Amino acid sequence: MGIEGIGARVLRKEDRRFITGKGRYTDDIVERDMTHGVFVRSPHAHAKVLSMDTAAAEAMPGVIGVVTGQQLIDGAVGNIICGWMIYSKDGSPMKAAPWKVMDPEVVRHVGQPVALVVAETRAQAADAAEKIVIEYEELPALTDFSKAMDDGAPQVHEDVPNNLICDWQLGEEAATDEALATAAHVIELDLEQNRLVPNAIEPRAAIASYNEAEDHFTLNSTSQNPHVARLVLSAFYNIAPEHKLRVIAPDVGGGFGSKIYIYPEEITCLWAAKHLGRPIKWVADRTESFMTDAHGRDHVTKAKLGLDADHKFIGLKVETTANIGAYMSLFSSATPTYLYACLLAGQYTTPNIYCNVKLVYSHTTPVDAYRGAGRPEATFVVERMVEAAARQLGVSPAELRRKNFISEFPYQTPVLMNYDKADLHGLLDKGLAAIDYDGFAQRKAAAAARGKLRGIGFSCYIEACGLAPSKAVGQLGGGVGQWESAEVRVNPVGTIELLTGSHSHGQGHETTFAQVIAERFGLPTDNVQIVHGDTDKVQFGMGTYGSRSGPVGMGAIAKALDKIEAKAKKLAGHLLEADENDIVIEGGELKVAGTDKKLAWHEMTLGAYTAHNIPDDMEPGLSEKAFYDPANFTFPAGTFICEVEIDPNTGVTQVVKFVAVDDFGVIVNPNIVEGQVHGGLAQGIGQALFEACHYDDAGQLLTASYMDYCMPRADDLPNFALDHIETPNPNNPLGVKGCGEAGAIGAPAAVMNAVTDALGTEDITMPATPEKVWRAIQANRPAMAAE
Amino acid sequence: MYATNYAKAASVQDAVAKLQAAEDGKFLGGGQTLIATMKQRLAAPSDVIDLTKIPELHGISAGPDGLTIGAASTHATVAGSADVQRVIPAVSELASMIGDPAVRHMGTIGGVLANNDPAADYPAATLGLNATVHTSKGTYGADDYFRGMFETALDEDEIITKVVFPVPQKAAYEKFRNQASRYALCSVFVAKLGNGECRVAVSGSGQDGVFRVKEMEAALNAQWSPDAVTGIAVNPDSILSDIHGSAEYRAHLISVLAGRAVAKAG
Repeated sequence: MGIEGIGARVLRKEDRRFITGKGRYTDDIVERDMTHGVFVRSPHAHAKVLSMDTAAAEAMPGVIGVVTGQQLIDGAVGNIICGWMIYSKDGSPMKAAPWKVMDPEVVRHVGQPVALVVAETRAQAADAAEKIVIEYEELPALTDFSKAMDDGAPQVHEDVPNNLICDWQLGEEAATDEALATAAHVIELDLEQNRLVPNAIEPRAAIASYNEAEDHFTLNSTSQNPHVARLVLSAFYNIAPEHKLRVIAPDVGGGFGSKIYIYPEEITCLWAAKHLGRPIKWVADRTESFMTDAHGRDHVTKAKLGLDADHKFIGLKVETTANIGAYMSLFSSATPTYLYACLLAGQYTTPNIYCNVKLVYSHTTPVDAYRGAGRPEATFVVERMVEAAARQLGVSPAELRRKNFISEFPYQTPVLMNYDKADLHGLLDKGLAAIDYDGFAQRKAAAAARGKLRGIGFSCYIEACGLAPSKAVGQLGGGVGQWESAEVRVNPVGTIELLTGSHSHGQGHETTFAQVIAERFGLPTDNVQIVHGDTDKVQFGMGTYGSRSGPVGMGAIAKALDKIEAKAKKLAGHLLEADENDIVIEGGELKVAGTDKKLAWHEMTLGAYTAHNIPDDMEPGLSEKAFYDPANFTFPAGTFICEVEIDPNTGVTQVVKFVAVDDFGVIVNPNIVEGQVHGGLAQGIGQALFEACHYDDAGQLLTASYMDYCMPRADDLPNFALDHIETPNPNNPLGVKGCGEAGAIGAPAAVMNAVTDALGTEDITMPATPEKVWRAIQANRPAMAAE
Repeated sequence: MYATNYAKAASVQDAVAKLQAAEDGKFLGGGQTLIATMKQRLAAPSDVIDLTKIPELHGISAGPDGLTIGAASTHATVAGSADVQRVIPAVSELASMIGDPAVRHMGTIGGVLANNDPAADYPAATLGLNATVHTSKGTYGADDYFRGMFETALDEDEIITKVVFPVPQKAAYEKFRNQASRYALCSVFVAKLGNGECRVAVSGSGQDGVFRVKEMEAALNAQWSPDAVTGIAVNPDSILSDIHGSAEYRAHLISVLAGRAVAKAG
């Protein structure tokens, strides 16, 4: 309703400051007496630290002090936690080895911090860092995680035999095996989920300070969830109790999951700020980001899909090994288990599904949730299997999907999830029309005439976001609730401050959240200010990840607005001498329905604050708070169709057409939703074609800068054709489902299905680099010639 | 970056004098390699002596000897030069494909040739056109100038002043980018010189930096056509191999790109 309400293409309010260079990021902040920290990091993937001599460094110009891991242990700083308990199929709990903030005895991945040098300038700290003398005893490293459980493989942690953290399962193995045994057709694939580096545009950064007079800490940091950061810094790392620690996440340049976690650097800087008595700024350089931001994905999988004679899916068995890296990061146990296996039904009625996941350690950077977090991995398995099945059976991939679509909702899958509502046929129909599916054969022939191999690939995804119903999370082992909070403060003049526990680091909350308020009261979005990212201002919140700020964050806003609306109507009824039930609020006015009696919004709000004439049972003021705990996950779904052309002489793959039809429920701002989809697709295409993270056998990260790690560029991507179906989410106050990860979830399978279609082989892994594609063509030449 | 002293040289003589006076000095061109290396603390010269403000290192002209490009000319200047576009469009195109706009407005041809990165573009044109490299101490034919990966005929205190490219009958450059860095994973410059001699120079792929493919040159001398070169396989033994491309793949690309370059040259 109205030009700035829900559904309007409002330009992003925050972009004025971002595109004019007026953003205020952590590194822009300067504190009085601020010093600079530089971390000394392990050059080895696995080594014993035999000795460390910091004397020469401490004597360098400008040095305030050096902090070592032993000092943190002596200072009772706690180990870094994994926040989600899972159990092996034998009932035993996962084996999470201790993650010391800076382990003084053993290093387990390249880039692991071993000391912090603090000096007056960053250059002085960097100079001094080079003077720390550390004697290492190098040990064999495990970097190929598919060999983690082999006899004789290097052990990452003493108390975790065979590097096996957890042998986890979901679903009915016997029933699935039986279905596969009776299946008319069984499709088998070996699949790999390539390891990705998150690459937020702003590297991680922190400014830690300590006020001795008040015994109070402040941390400015690049966090997606400052309240969670404060909680764990207080409850587990013993920095300070929550009321003695303020965490601020100012403007933050992207996260994609990597800024959910609380890393050794932030903890060390906080402890050191008190210990050394000076504020400390630390800003990662790009290579530090590559080495220490939690990486994403990294699975190997064997999958079997059984179909009956009528081509109905009857069983899916998935066996995955997931690389966790050197330590268990905050959500590392949930990401490859509950966030993965629970989506293996995909859009289909497969009645028997079994998934086994072996979580293993390796001498690499910790792996955790990255945009999509488990759902891209699940979608890739399901959609690659379905496409391969269609090819092997010689049937249309669209019709095979259609035959197996879930068409009645709600639908209980065999892997915990209960899908509320979706229009899967509608999504596919729109996708087929948008790509001009019937014209593909002609386009393929035209490409062949130009010497190109053209392929088409589908990806029909369904995902779960809106993390999450707290009770369900608790039952599955999660350590926190996943509700959200909002506080709506209406000022005497009628303008509004919205305090939200969500955090915006690229999502455009300052615009969309204002639109939700504008919609409710008919006010301009300019009259609304969004306040977020500061534990002193916002009472509590769970932050932004898992596409939760729309469905959960806005749910809390809607609940708080309900309370504001009720009180506003009651006051207006009182002032207008009418029944509050007859009051309607629209266009910034409170009107008595069916009459010409009305009050301007600001007259009502001023009345609430003067309190000269309010009902006897009413408190003055107009400010309300709400916590919203979702009733269920939300289930965005979509159909992606990709067309590629491959140059067989060079192996270069070009994405020439990409259609994405999504159902995100109610769309608050189409501009922002389209931007989210574009960004997600870029990352998904990046995973499929470009992004390769390489460790050598010694555990050295070979791709530690943009010289070697390929990010997708604008000219690598086609013009995306986007469309939507809006099936309002029946469980959400605003009908929204969440849109932040869909592109990254669905795109890899669509691209790889198109690449494998063009090549005529399933045997190629992501990223499908030119050399891999060229080699696949070379290996496949006799087959192609025979066609 | 470690602390370093920066000085602008007013002339070639001044630059040499400043280098000799420095404890561990380095000449600085556009800085697109050296500054990045220094920022990573992988190089620590005591002094950097900026050559890019020396007037005699600037200027582009087309004359009877060929196309003369001053060593401090940026890639953007070369790419945008009407003289270069008219006389040897392949060099203009090559310059337009180096790095990104920021790199092209800072990086210089002299800096590229002095550094002789095995993945750089200009070495291919220099060798492919049999250009002459003029320095503060003398001149070098292209065949004598390049001495291996990051190795050239230059002395420590020797400064490239200009490069003279003979005007060819035909020439073209084909570049296959490393997807991550956008340097050449493999690139081929082909030319039919004024005297009819055909040359094929390859960058991005040689273990010893830029190199000529004599078999392809002989084939082109016999017949200037794409088919003459695409069937000639390059031995991968002397080709670079890394995470971005195996020697076998790069060797294959040389044949593909050579054919495309000949076709493009017409």
